[in-house]
Amino acid sequence: MAAAVSAKKQGAKQVLVIERDSSLGGILQQCIHPGFGLSYYDEELTGPEYAGRFIRQAQELGVKTLLNSMVLEVLPDGTVICTNAEYGITTVRAKSVVLAMGCRERTRGNIQIPGTRPAGIYTAGAAQRLINRQNEMVGRRVVILGSGDIGMIMARRMTLEGAQVVAVVEIMDFLAGLTRNRVQCLDDFGIPLLLSHTVTRVMGNRRVEGVCVARVDENKKPILETEEFYPCDTLLLSVGLIPENELSRTAHVEMSAITGGPVVNQCMQTSVPCLFACGNVVHVNDLVDNVSWESEVAGREAARYAMGQLPQSAGTVTCEPGNNVRYICPQHIALTEEKAEVDLYFRVKLPEEKVRIRLLCNGKELGKKSAIKVNPGEMEHIKVSMSDLTAGKLEVHVAKGV
Amino acid sequence: MTEKQITCIICPIGCRITVRGEDDTVLSLEGNQCIRGEAYAKNEFIHPVRILTTTVKVEGADTPLIPVRSDQPVPQEKLMECMDLIKEVSVTKPVLRYQVIVPDILGTGANIVATGEVL
Ligand SMILES: Cc1cc2nc3c(=O)[nH]c(=O)nc-3n(C[C@H](O)[C@H](O)[C@H](O)COP(=O)(O)OP(=O)(O)OC[C@H]3O[C@@H](n4cnc5c(N)ncnc54)[C@H](O)[C@@H]3O)c2cc1C
Ligand code: SF4
Repeated sequence: MAAAVSAKKQGAKQVLVIERDSSLGGILQQCIHPGFGLSYYDEELTGPEYAGRFIRQAQELGVKTLLNSMVLEVLPDGTVICTNAEYGITTVRAKSVVLAMGCRERTRGNIQIPGTRPAGIYTAGAAQRLINRQNEMVGRRVVILGSGDIGMIMARRMTLEGAQVVAVVEIMDFLAGLTRNRVQCLDDFGIPLLLSHTVTRVMGNRRVEGVCVARVDENKKPILETEEFYPCDTLLLSVGLIPENELSRTAHVEMSAITGGPVVNQCMQTSVPCLFACGNVVHVNDLVDNVSWESEVAGREAARYAMGQLPQSAGTVTCEPGNNVRYICPQHIALTEEKAEVDLYFRVKLPEEKVRIRLLCNGKELGKKSAIKVNPGEMEHIKVSMSDLTAGKLEVHVAKGV
Repeated sequence: MTEKQITCIICPIGCRITVRGEDDTVLSLEGNQCIRGEAYAKNEFIHPVRILTTTVKVEGADTPLIPVRSDQPVPQEKLMECMDLIKEVSVTKPVLRYQVIVPDILGTGANIVATGEVL
């Protein structure tokens, strides 16, 4: 929606949003908790309120929407093929396309928990949709695997709805999500958080009857002597998100092995020139505010591309993750004559305190800043101005020191 | 005298603050690295408040639920009691965003308002 609004504002004549769901807003519709918009709007909104603002803006600007329409294929020339109960198979020809399919959750299959295969195992987001949109309660006694924000938010949600959350189990020795969520979702309700622990087995025939939880050693291997049985009827998995990129792959968009999303430049343009991408499709974001900013760039640049206004590139800068940096988005920058600021978003590999973030272009320092704390769960951000860049490589380093 | 461990959430450092006191008076505070943490911990000790978000049933619409929130924070210890009350509430369409669903819930001064829309 942010991309559609920004494309319209940039002057695009016709903007169409194609959505498989029956309503607009994506994942935000089920995220009924507060915590959205603290930086974008400077106030604390819930997911539906945040989405509502963009939907209203899109409507006012005349963005068209095609709901209940599943996109089956995007071709490298900007043709989009979708199915719709009313129109059947529909082909939309566009001068440029913004891919914004979001992400999907990692499942039990992805992380391979041994044991039986009873009912009562849900991914946290699926449970969130059932409880918050479909009015279906998923269980009474719950163990949650994964201390990401979604897992913790669901711990609170299930408790408010009358379930008992026995424990939140996290394999790492640090919290995956935000501290504020631990305080307001776990501590408030006395829900135990077990760091350096994992679920080793699922028991139960038709329905989950319990799970075994064990401490893990420094190599994340469960220590079997510490295994303990927790009776429960439900196991929620909050073990990570994967960008949803079937469509990008069939469109032959170059993908990044680290983010699981398309490789993009500072315009959020993929390796296929008329295809742009934004949001969780590109890299999994923890804050919707960042998604909105990034999507505004994608929408604006896709509109400029469609109108033939995107300048030719005079060289490329490759963004290379340096010390303690897992990835940088965008992965490269197309150099142009335009005076522009480029936002670099990146994630660290390991938590660290009192660090210095340095930006080097072909060995020359272009910027630095310090941070009191960095955490793999929280995206970091640094700006660079286009005029300072020269073709070659741009590195971001994070190291201890002030 | 009671003692509470409070994690400050004002900034990313997340200091662990030990507060000792009785009812409305804080006698000692330990572990905060700045003045903002002191104010936060005092409030959390005396009177922790939270925004409550949940859903309310919608009768006779395609969408069975509408998301709602408290338009002001409510006392943390009243969250479950508020939930018990909200569970009994249902609405009929149309419901507009920010329409009041439960006024002044449990006399807290906070209204439960819709955050979504059913038209
Ligand atoms: C459970 C959860 C909790 C979160 N909590 C917070 C929070 O507290 N605060 C915060 O700031 N951020 C939070 N986030 C992060 C943030 O809200 C999301 O990252 C952001 O909303 C993602 O937007 P998106 O547009 O990339 O993806 P989505 O919102 O997932 O949108 C993708 C859309 O594409 C549609 N789609 C996919 N494939 C097709 C297809 N083939 N055809 C047609 N349509 C298709 C989907 O139906 C969906 O509507 C949370 C994220 C999740 C998943
Ligand atoms: S006490 Fe101050 S320094 Fe510590 S977490 Fe709170 S705001 Fe940050």
